[in-house]
Amino acid sequence: MPSLGADMEAGTLVEWLKHPGDGVTRGDIIAVVDTAKGAIEIEVFEDGTIESVHVKPGEKVPVGTVLALIRGTGPERPGHPPGHPSAAAALRTPPAAPMPNAPAVAPAAPAAPSPAQAAAREQPGRVRVSPLARKLAADLGVDLTHMTGTGAQAAITREDVERAAAALKTPAPQPPAPPPDRSTAMRATIAAAMARSKREIPHYYLSTTIDISVALAWLRKENEKRPITQRLLPAALLIKTVALALRDVPELNGYWIDGGFRKGAGIHIGSAISLRGGGLVAPALHDADTLDLTTLMRQLQDLVARARTGSLRSSELADPTITVTNLGEQGVESTFGIIYPPQVALVGFGKIMERPWIGSGKIEARPLLTATLSADHRASDGHRGGVFLTAIDRLLQTPERL
Amino acid sequence: MTPDDIKRVIIDALTRIAPEIDPASIEPGASFRDQLDLDSMDFLNFVLALHDRLGVDIPEVDYPRLYALDGAVAYLASKTGAN
Repeated sequence: MPSLGADMEAGTLVEWLKHPGDGVTRGDIIAVVDTAKGAIEIEVFEDGTIESVHVKPGEKVPVGTVLALIRGTGPERPGHPPGHPSAAAALRTPPAAPMPNAPAVAPAAPAAPSPAQAAAREQPGRVRVSPLARKLAADLGVDLTHMTGTGAQAAITREDVERAAAALKTPAPQPPAPPPDRSTAMRATIAAAMARSKREIPHYYLSTTIDISVALAWLRKENEKRPITQRLLPAALLIKTVALALRDVPELNGYWIDGGFRKGAGIHIGSAISLRGGGLVAPALHDADTLDLTTLMRQLQDLVARARTGSLRSSELADPTITVTNLGEQGVESTFGIIYPPQVALVGFGKIMERPWIGSGKIEARPLLTATLSADHRASDGHRGGVFLTAIDRLLQTPERL
Repeated sequence: MTPDDIKRVIIDALTRIAPEIDPASIEPGASFRDQLDLDSMDFLNFVLALHDRLGVDIPEVDYPRLYALDGAVAYLASKTGAN
């Protein structure tokens, strides 16, 4: 069971998408795991063949538990009889996700390959379920395994679950066992991570006001030229800006682990996404500094959609190197966030508001944006944080170069 | 397509974005964003859904006309030639 964030202790296996005997390639989604953050698609980090699975659907197991053994495709090592799963075969947390409190790999008990297990098996269709529908299904005792949804991409919606529950026509002898409540579980995990952050991380906070009129005018012109499906939101510009500014100040991009700073392997921007019904997740936009705005926007749209339908991937939750929060959507001027450990910084953007601004000696109405930085004083100093916010301001004055 | 059809398309698009809403509770004159807690990504998806279903081009400068139910029905009716 991979750790999908410092705040995760256990996960429930929902379904296997690959089965013993199936070949897998790095990046394949092999299972779905239910966590407080919704159903997460688990990617595999090895090429090989599934040898055996060790956790059944419905089982809840702690982080670090071996879910499956994968036989690698590499050359057999001396001393390993052919067909013996290699030590690297346990399905584990990606190496790019250093979570200090979560053992990444449980020792893999090598299981002898069984030809019977390797027999091809019918693969059940991928079931998409919104977190709300999944919770409702659990509450109502509806089995989602063989259900076809009517939502987008055949996702199972609340209405589908309600229909199925009505069809069950069980005359209400519902066992009153209270099912675990998603929003309660999510609150508990957020509470644990944020309390740890405030306990361990000496935060410092910086704030600056940015004249964003040039960027907005550029965006308006750009969107006039673009078809409706390719239009950009200011959020895409802001994320790209943060990613580029981090190249100048790399000590804000990475993790504080075991008493030292570990630089991120890339610039993976965790984008805070609030979920309907409460809670939030901050999955990663990988290598955001290298994406052009159109691609970044498309990926952001996809990420938000999947965060809200409950189909994020394990790497997206495990490896953001910094978080960006955009509470301006709710109308607040500024936000001073709490760093998500083991990250070392969080960037906050407030609402873009028209305000008086003095430019070339005159008071003018300009759209202004408050950008803030919460950073870990163990990893950086306020001076460097200031350099970072100044870089954001500078980059936003030449939006055509983003 | 009649204004009622357009209204159904709008409500359908909204309930896909915010599945928990009760369509009957939408106030025709009040902003969707405030009533339904939509963010800018939700609103963009709403516009995209209308574009998909109705086949109309909606320039960004017209987005404010889609902020509430009454205005959106009128705007889209004029775009699709509904009566």
